[in-house]
Amino acid sequence: MNFNKEFDASGMSCPLPIVKTKKSLADMESGQVLKVIATDCGAVKDMQAFADQTGNKLLSNTEDCGKYIFFIQKK
Amino acid sequence: MTTKKMAIIATKGTLDMAYPPFILASTAAALGYDVQIFFTFYGLQLLRKDLSNVMISPLANPAMPMPVPMPVFVQMLPGMESMATMMMKQKLKKHGVASLEELRDLCLEADVKFIACQMTVDLFEFDKSEFIDNVEYGGAAMFFGFAGETDICLFV
Repeated sequence: MNFNKEFDASGMSCPLPIVKTKKSLADMESGQVLKVIATDCGAVKDMQAFADQTGNKLLSNTEDCGKYIFFIQKK
Repeated sequence: MTTKKMAIIATKGTLDMAYPPFILASTAAALGYDVQIFFTFYGLQLLRKDLSNVMISPLANPAMPMPVPMPVFVQMLPGMESMATMMMKQKLKKHGVASLEELRDLCLEADVKFIACQMTVDLFEFDKSEFIDNVEYGGAAMFFGFAGETDICLFV
């Protein structure tokens, strides 16, 4: 999937993946896509909740060898 | 959509109890909430520029998981608090949990408002110059002005 920016949250625990995803989105433009990589399994549900509550769209959510990959489109 | 609001009353100044207000506040801010934390009593310690005195004690804290069972009379020996704090900080770091300083900075960056209870600042004779700059001073009535309008209000 194409993306405009990547944020690697590997090794970070709650709430850093979410708080820093929000920060990463801040300087992006509406419609652009952010790729987030996380290793905290708690981030899976948190990222969905973040998308639901902020209106940013979670385009995909996959797992690859213990890494959780999210693609989020800025609203 | 109107902005949601959250208020937290932070009353504890130990390392373990310092985390919940900052974690919840930074997360809520990331979700778009307008957030205020009212620091009162021992919670005021969390506003100090230097947070190195924020510690954890195994004493009178029987729920704290210990690597080895430790009788109470050992827990009260000099240096145990420093040791427990050092071990806890190492554990937090190993698990990728942010430091208190980092979480507090993230809160400030996200415009979380910090209010220090003027009464307890006076009561404990705290020197305001020891606190970080981004603090407002006020009382319970001031806090209710915001808290009364919130969607979530927590006491920690």
